[in-house]
Amino acid sequence: MTAKKSPLDKFISKRANNVSPSGIRKFFDLLQDMENVISLGVGEPDYATPWHISEAAVKSLEKGYTMYTSNSGILELRNLTSQYLKDKYGISYKPEGEILITVGVSEALDLAMRAILNPGDEVIMTDPHYVAYDASVILAEGKPVMVRTSAKNNFAVEAKDIEAKITAKTKAILIGFPSNPTGAVMTRQKLLDLAAVAKKHNLMVISDEIYARLTYEGEHTCFASLPGVKNNTILLGGFSKAYAMTGWRVGYAVAPPEIIAAMTKIHQYTIMCAPTPAQVAAIEALKTGEPDVVEMVEDYNRRRKVIVKGFNDIGLPCFEPKGAFYAFPSITPTGMTSERFSEALLKEEKVAVVPGSAFGKCGEGFIRCCYATSLADIEEALNRMERFVKKHKK
Amino acid sequence: MLKDILKILENDAHASEKQIATMVGVSAAEVTNVIKQAEKDRIILKYKTVVNWDKADGDEQVWALIEVKVKPEPEAGFDAIASRVARYEQVRSLYLASGTYDLLLVVVDKSEHKVADFVSQNLAHIDGVQATVTHFVLKRYKDDGELLDGGEGVKRQQVVL
Ligand SMILES: Cc1ncc(COP(=O)(O)O)c(C=O)c1O
Repeated sequence: MTAKKSPLDKFISKRANNVSPSGIRKFFDLLQDMENVISLGVGEPDYATPWHISEAAVKSLEKGYTMYTSNSGILELRNLTSQYLKDKYGISYKPEGEILITVGVSEALDLAMRAILNPGDEVIMTDPHYVAYDASVILAEGKPVMVRTSAKNNFAVEAKDIEAKITAKTKAILIGFPSNPTGAVMTRQKLLDLAAVAKKHNLMVISDEIYARLTYEGEHTCFASLPGVKNNTILLGGFSKAYAMTGWRVGYAVAPPEIIAAMTKIHQYTIMCAPTPAQVAAIEALKTGEPDVVEMVEDYNRRRKVIVKGFNDIGLPCFEPKGAFYAFPSITPTGMTSERFSEALLKEEKVAVVPGSAFGKCGEGFIRCCYATSLADIEEALNRMERFVKKHKK
Repeated sequence: MLKDILKILENDAHASEKQIATMVGVSAAEVTNVIKQAEKDRIILKYKTVVNWDKADGDEQVWALIEVKVKPEPEAGFDAIASRVARYEQVRSLYLASGTYDLLLVVVDKSEHKVADFVSQNLAHIDGVQATVTHFVLKRYKDDGELLDGGEGVKRQQVVL
């Protein structure tokens, strides 16, 4: 993507110019006219939304539920979300005032940043990280500050490394575990250490737990469930990944009332409310979707094991990702950069992956491979990649 | 472990023992043993393929659902009659059901004529069979959990961040 000069450039704000376009734009373009591509480049479930969830929305449309809801979201959905968080993690957030239904975690993240940041405020996050993390901070005129993580530490983050980055301008720490792109999770102890640092320096922790249910070993620890952190936590969660509902656009933020009030103000003026049918579907998901989640997670787990073993067998060392639906193998045995590797792999073997460098400097040398795709495709992709690695091995 | 293996195979009879071993977290040899035992115990009955014959322009196939009212035998109840009915190879499935009839058969044969012959010449002559109602299948929409048409699904974006 070479940006041509245009007389319209002067209309584009500095704020918009400050975020770079997504690093994988050119893969879209390459993919356009290719056939028989196996894509491990996606970031969503390969399931359609369980039908009973979709049907609840269809029925609501038939009945004429097509109006705006309350800005905060349908009360029943907030009640159920509150109950869900209590049952799952033993945390207590009031449906009125402490929960906001949003257009996915995407919106919740943007609201959180705009609600808490002043220009120049720093937000510490891991490198690599989900692409919207630094963008959301930059768009709120804050400054993202990176903490390096590595495969040596299974891409978990150490509280002391975060503490080392704290300055007078630090306002918040943004974490997302299980992680996109690495599949890394955090142990309870590591989160406790992080909580201690946040409290000591009185920082806000924004915890994106959209992949919480996609945890394959041990239990997911919700950051908000740690003792004494409530006043320092904005918890973001959603329906996209666990219930296979990416296209519905619904999620939530929970936080102390002052924070939710500020976020709701922005939400009210920019969004009004999350889509009504999507909220109805989310209600159904929370009421009756649990068995679907369990079944899908079991299925992801089987594929996870196959792909991780597969990468290690073909000579792309891959640590065990314990959450989300991504494997993050190292491609250093080929001596290529991750971008070069991804491009050549697509051209030569028609397998699409995302270069780790799209997620930060520390993602260099890795590729993100989503295993939410059929087992047959995973096997075939592994065969093609094996051939590719043999050919290019240093 | 048996349950995990069965779940995988029920969905994909193609899954290799090596793959299953990785997914379940045991050795391939162990998977082989468990499967062999399950076959012996008739937990695993057969490995089959769900085929949409309508698309394969193969031989004509006629499907019929046949309800059968029977008079149970004093000693053996419904089982004796059922086992007799089950012997016919055109009977693909056979169930004992609650409601207005007793046995429900899924019969697959080459023509309506053949199905009619089966009903009048075989089924009706079995002792204890009192009445039959035959429903010819006009269209199959879903079989063994698979949609016959339109099951290809919606295309996802190929690269998503
Ligand atoms: C880590 C992470 N957070 C948030 C999102 C966005 O989720 P939503 O669909 O709820 O906006 C994604 C989607 O890929 C993600 O990977």
